[in-house]
Formats: sequence, C-alpha cells, structure tokens
Amino acid sequence: MADHIKKARPHVNQNEDLIFERSSAGKCAYQLPPLDVPPADTGALGGFTRDEIPGFPEVSEMEIVRHFTRLSTWNYGVDTGAYLLGSCTMKYNPKINELVARLKGIANVHPYQPQEASQGCLKVLKLLSESLLEITGMDAITLQPAAGAHGEMTALLMVHAYLASQGNPRHKVLIPDSAHGTNAASAAMAGYKTLNLPSNSEGMVDLATLERLMDDDVAALMLTNPNTLGIFEERIAEIARIVHARGGLVYMDGANMNALVGVSRPGDFGVDVLHLNLHKTFSTPHGGGGPGAGPVAVRKQLEPFLPIPTLIEKPDGSLALDYDRPASIGRVRAFYGNFGVLVRALAYILANGAEGLRESTEEAVLNSVYVRKNLEDSYELPYKRPALHECVFSDKRQAQHGVHTGDIAKRLIDYGFHPYTVSFPLIVPGALMIEPTESESKQELDLLIDALRSIAREAEQEPETVLHAPHTTRIARVDEVQAARRPILRWKPEPRT
Amino acid sequence: MRYIPKSPEERETMLRAVGCDSIDQLFESIPSALRLGRELRLDRGRSEPEILRYFEERAAENAGDFACFVGAGAYDHFRPSVVDAMISRSEFYTAYTPYQPEISQGTLQAIFEFQTLMCQLTGMDVANASLYDGSTALPEAVMMAVRANGRRRVLLARSIHPEYRQVLNTYLQHQNIALDEIPWGNSGQADHAELQARVGSDVSAVVLQSPNFFGVVEDVAAATKIAHAAGALLVVMITEPVSLGILHPPAEADIVAGEGQSLGVPLSFGGPYVGFVATREKYIRSMPGRLVGQTTDSRGERSFCLTLATREQHIRREKATSNICTNQALCALMVTVYLSVYGKKGFRELALQNVAKTQYAQKKFLKAGASLRFSGPHFNEFIVRGEGSRGLDAKLRQERIIGGLDLGRFYPELEGDRLFCFTETASREKIDKLVEVYAAHELTVHAAQQQRS
Repeated sequence: MADHIKKARPHVNQNEDLIFERSSAGKCAYQLPPLDVPPADTGALGGFTRDEIPGFPEVSEMEIVRHFTRLSTWNYGVDTGAYLLGSCTMKYNPKINELVARLKGIANVHPYQPQEASQGCLKVLKLLSESLLEITGMDAITLQPAAGAHGEMTALLMVHAYLASQGNPRHKVLIPDSAHGTNAASAAMAGYKTLNLPSNSEGMVDLATLERLMDDDVAALMLTNPNTLGIFEERIAEIARIVHARGGLVYMDGANMNALVGVSRPGDFGVDVLHLNLHKTFSTPHGGGGPGAGPVAVRKQLEPFLPIPTLIEKPDGSLALDYDRPASIGRVRAFYGNFGVLVRALAYILANGAEGLRESTEEAVLNSVYVRKNLEDSYELPYKRPALHECVFSDKRQAQHGVHTGDIAKRLIDYGFHPYTVSFPLIVPGALMIEPTESESKQELDLLIDALRSIAREAEQEPETVLHAPHTTRIARVDEVQAARRPILRWKPEPRT
Repeated sequence: MRYIPKSPEERETMLRAVGCDSIDQLFESIPSALRLGRELRLDRGRSEPEILRYFEERAAENAGDFACFVGAGAYDHFRPSVVDAMISRSEFYTAYTPYQPEISQGTLQAIFEFQTLMCQLTGMDVANASLYDGSTALPEAVMMAVRANGRRRVLLARSIHPEYRQVLNTYLQHQNIALDEIPWGNSGQADHAELQARVGSDVSAVVLQSPNFFGVVEDVAAATKIAHAAGALLVVMITEPVSLGILHPPAEADIVAGEGQSLGVPLSFGGPYVGFVATREKYIRSMPGRLVGQTTDSRGERSFCLTLATREQHIRREKATSNICTNQALCALMVTVYLSVYGKKGFRELALQNVAKTQYAQKKFLKAGASLRFSGPHFNEFIVRGEGSRGLDAKLRQERIIGGLDLGRFYPELEGDRLFCFTETASREKIDKLVEVYAAHELTVHAAQQQRS
C-alpha cells in the first residue's frame, strides 16, 4: 500500500458463497409456534398445490447471519466514508430516524386499518406535508410517489390534466441537455414528446433558444435548479416568464434541493410543480438503491389534479383520506406512499428545525466550493461560474495520458472513497461530478483533496496504476461487457453427473 | 446542528480558503430577490428524546398492538429477528445503487440471490432486481407485454386488487392501450367462458391475480391455454407470495408481477414495499427495472454487476422500457433474508399454517350462521357475506381486533361483505372472539331490519 494513501488500508475480509451453495438438506433457521387449530386440509386447495421448492435454501441461523454480515463488509456506505456521488446527495442517515420508523404503532400499522385507528399516521403525513410546503413555498402536495422518477411521472400527468382542463394538453416537453435521463423517460410515460433544449456556453438555459423553442405546443419546461453543474439558473424568473407567457408550466426536478433549503424557495421563483427526493435532501437512507420517496408539490391551480387520496381535516378536527376528487389524475400507487420513508424524513426535519435546515444547506455549499477551489489546479473546470452544492470537473488533462474519468473513479476507491458520479452531466465530456454534502468534516475533505491531487499526479507519472485500479478491493475491475453479452441472472444448481 | 461535523473555527478556515467573508457570499449566484431572507417557519431543532416522544405519541394514536384480520394486499406476517438485524448493517442501508461493483458486491450478490429466489417461487426463468411495489409492477408488466407483442388491448380480471387496477388506469391514460374487464364466476375465479368470449387476436395480454383479491386461487394453467390460443400473453399478479409455499407456481404464465411485502417487509401503513417482475428468458430485453448479472473480474473471480442497462432511462432516455431509476434494494434484502430463514421446509410449513388458520376461521364463521361468498379454493383470505357492517369496527376495536375490510368501497355489488385474512399470526382465541363479535353484531343488524319491515 502506497504510503501516500492516508485514509485507507487493506484488511482481511471473508469469502462467502451464494446462500444456495451453503445449503444442505435438513438444516434450518426457523421454528413456527405449534399450530393451535386443526392442520390444513390441502385437499381443499383444488389440486393447485406444489411440493417443496427445488433449490430453496436450507441453512442455519448462524450461517444466515454470517452470510449477510460478510456480504455487507463488501459494500461501502455513507457510514463508511465520504460518498461523493453528484446529484445523489449521500448525506448522513441519522440513527434516530431508524429507531422511530421501527416503533410499534408505526411499523406495524395496516394500511386498511379504520381511519379512526390510524390518526397517528395521518398526523405524521400532515406535519410532513406542511413542513415541505413551507420549505418549497408551494401550495399543495402529494406524498405518494415512491421515488423521484415516479414523482416526475405523477407531476407530468398533472400537467397534462391541468392543460387539458384549459382546453389543450399540448404535445411537447422541453428538457435541457444537462437533465437527468429520467426526465425524458417520465415525459414519455405521460404521453409527451421531448424537445432538447441546448445549454449555453455557461452551462445554463439559453434564453434566446428558449424563446425560439417555447411555443403553444410546449406543455412544460423541465428544469433542474440548481442545474446538474450545481449552477443556479439566475435568470429563472425570466425563464418562468417566457414559459408562462406561452401558457406552459415550469416543472422543477428537485434533485438538487439540498442547495436551496432555507435559502431560496421554488414557489418564490416561478416554479409551478416540482418533485422532491426525500432520500436525497431529507436524509432517508438510499438502502443500496431504494426505497425512496418523491413527493410532488404544486401551485394552487394544479391542486385539483393531485393523485388520490389526499389528506383532509374533518370539521371535528380529525384527519381523513379523501377519495372523492373528480379532476384527479387517479391513483399512482396502492395505499398512501412510502410511509416508513416519510417518517424518517419528518424525523430529520424535526431534528434540524428551521435553523438546522438552513445551516445544512450552507455547509453543503461551503464543502463543495472548498473542494472545487482546491482541485481547480489539478482538474479542468469546464464551466467557471460559481456553483452551489456540487462541482463538475472534466478529465481533459488526464485524458492526454490515456486516463479517463472512469479510471480516476476506480483509483479513488483505493484511496478509501466512494467515487463521484462518472460521465454525467452529458454536456461535460469525461465529467467528474462531486457532491460532498454537509455531512463531511474538513478532515475528510482534506483527505479527498489530497487523494484527487495525488491521482492527478499518478495520471501523469504512472498512468498504468490508475488504468488498472482498483488494486485494494476484494475483487478487481469487473467485466461488465461479459455480463451483458452472456447474461447470467440467477443461480442454478450444478447439473447432476 | 448535531449532524454537522465541523467546529466554528474549521468553518472560518474553509470560508477564508475559498475567499469569502461570510456564508451569504456563497449564495450570491442566487439573485437577492429570490432569496428567502428570513428563517423558515418551522420549529426549533429537536433533541432525540423529543423526537422519540413525538413519534411515540403518534404511535399511541394508532391501533398498534391489535390482532389484524385484514389483508387485501398487505399481510401481517411475523418478521424473524434476523431480518432487521441484517438490514440494519449500515453498509447495506447507507449505500447507494451499486454503480461501482468493486465496492458494492454485498448489495449485488444479495440482489442476485433475490432474483434467484423470485424465479424459484414463481417458476419463471428471470426476475428483475425489484420495483417500487406490486401496484406499480402491474402496469410495468402490462406495458412489457404490449412491447413484446405489439397488440394494444388488455383483458383484466375484475378480481385483481382494485387499487392496482386504479394505478394501471393512471399509468395507461396516455399510452393508447385499451383495458377490458373479465368478471368473476360463482367460484370467485375469473369466468373462463367470459374470458374465452372476449379474447381475440387484438389482445396483448390476459391479466389475473392469484390468489385473487378475494383470496380465491385461480386456474392459471387453464387461463393460459385460452390466452395462448389467441396469441395473447398471460400475466399473473401475485400479492400474497406466502401462498407460493404451498400453491402451484404460475409457471405456465409469460409474465409474473408481484408484491413481496409478505416476505419480511413491515406493514408500515402501506409502504415502502417491494414489487418485482419475473418472466421467460425470451422477454428479458423487454423487462423494466434493474438487473444484476454474474460475471468475472479481471482476475477471473466470480463477481456481480448491474447489467443490460441499454433498456434503461439513463441510456435510452425517452425510449427506455420504463422511467424507473432504482429498485427497492433494502426491501428486496428483507425478502432475501426472510426466505433464507424459512427455507425449503419452513416456507411450506408457514404457508400450511396460513391455510390451517383460514380453514379454521371459515368453519367458525359457517358454524355461527354466516355464509361465504365464494366456493373456490382459498389461501388465507375469504369473503363473509354481510348485511351491513356499520358499527362492527367499533365493537371489534373494544376487543383489540382490526377485523375485515368492507368491500363496498371497491365493489358496490359486494356492499356489506367483508374480506377477512388469517395468517400464521392469528391465534385461535382471537379468531373465536372475532367470530363471536361478528355474529352478535349481525344478529342485532338482522333484528333491527326485521323490526323495520
């Protein structure tokens, strides 16, 4: 291990087979209580029965615990160290959030319990709704969408329904070339064609181009603000004016709300509808890829179109779910949303309060600006405007030595960090997109800066070291081409010989 | 703020290093007119004991420790302690989507195991890495069928979870896909004569749920024959996968969409849950959602990574198979641990206990003079005909029982009927109490009706 790698050193971890390969007949990890009723009459199942499931695991409790514990040690989480993925906001996931989400009376409430017996859950939904409306400056909200992309689809269906109610749903949605890929896919699900809006030389919306493309057939502009370069669209008010003047709506992808909470509100700068990612801005754990939650907040005129059910207060002060909403786009999922995620987000808001939320935003921006300032000499900064919570470099200088952003990312793993977002946004060739969040200390950031500077030196002096990284992980670089060419998507027992 | 790891002095040092005198300077790119200029109107930050108290108070306002005899797409099964212990490993729950396979092998291998388990359960060849939930897996499966054969009409059993059908309507409203309903027959199964009459060469897929919303087990093989004869695919929706411990898997179908909540995921007032789609090998490239594949690293060691991403939104954008950008990895991990705990023998025994409790409850209801709506085979839910259940919930609550779902809210023709669910957690004592309260209530309702007439 090179002694210039200060944060990480290799350690032993355990090998572990697939759970199926640990299996042997007769081992078990379960015991059911004795049956207090007569045994099942399988004859009453109409002949639709099966035998034991071939290949299903037969393992003991100890082996299960070792199995999953060992697997966990092959992962890297926010609790392990800085997780630099830009646009993902990998902030600390407070432990109290996990505790409250598991309380009896929270974790075990059935969604069809009578509403009188679910008032506690409904109050959680109400307080979270009110908090998010204050934070965004919007008028109404649904907490139901399960993720950001689900929120996008929900929002665009509402845009469609609203414009249809005005006489013409229109056919197109404008999407900047710096946007997340989900934007276009979600627009397609709401029946819209997408129109590419090229960014200007500063990485921002070009007003002249917007004027030209914005016509009576454009339903909405989907804007990420700050955009995926971390740059605030400072002419957002004019952008909104242009879109509104032609009868369109401004949709904001709230992926980057961590730059704005407590400082600026979308409802105050012309946004008509936006989605939030509670698993980004509001600290709920990413879980290795979900679950998340993607609430959608809207201005007054879109409220009638919110998905069912909505939350209402009855005259006696009790809370209820309202299904009688004739203009609604309908239901976007069963039940009421990812309640367990919503609980965690509310716990985060309660812990922070107004002051803590603003302070978190400030620290997130300070951390990113600090990283950017300290890496400007080592990496190309394609867009020079001041940015907020994330910064985007390119691999232009390193590419001269044959080293690309993907290689630098792999080498960063050796230095003990989870890499940044690779090759996104698409408007920056060879992008390194770094979002440190407010959760990193100065010490961790200084180590990161050292690491990235050191890799820049390696790219010049010993590019092979970078090109074959990572060197310290339990497995070496993975052959992703082979995985796609000959897909093996499940385990199968060895054929008996 | 206690989550921010910085001393005031470090903050000052960093500010100076970036050439700023104040934090406000960092936000100068936001025009001052668009800055809030005040504190948010939210309370002060709360300490841990205060946060805990707030949620304990809310928990106390819910009926948290009642016996729960409601299913309808969310099932009260016992969660072995190992499940929460394993998903609480923070390397699992604080990780992102496994884009960097070299430091994500734990998540990737666990998902590969999940995909395998879903195949074993359903009898399909491949399964995805999971979707948001069962209700959104249904439209994903339907759109997948439409992609696979290009036809644009879909036949849907009316006995599919009503909220799932609503979600399907929402998803399809701009997709130019027509939906048509198949009614149920006296057994509670989809009416195959009606299916036969409605299926045709324009039909992309026939969709059934089994066990259906009423707990009745469908004849998937027979329905598949009818669908296939017309060149349509058969899509099976599974909302209660514990049933697959004893019931024949829908192996004849072309696509299976499911909800995995039953398998170790808390009820949590309706979410987060975990959906999935499984299918035959030949439809892999029409599949929505993430997939994990096995490969090797540059040293030849077995390893895993996300694969076949060319179907997905970050590459295909508006032409993607779905806009989904995630799976429900942590809930899928709960399922994987849960099924490992029960395993081959336990999962069958678990399913049989569900059947035993349900059959016991059916007999109790019949003995008390109640009648069951459907004659077909049931797994762990059934409908008791009722004259009107107003007031019943309040009586049951006094006995700390959440009992039965009045079907009138979804099916006007079943107004007053109640859908009950009995899992392995139902005790004989509570079942007896439920039936006793129910029967007494029905008697008073009857008496009141007779007095009126």
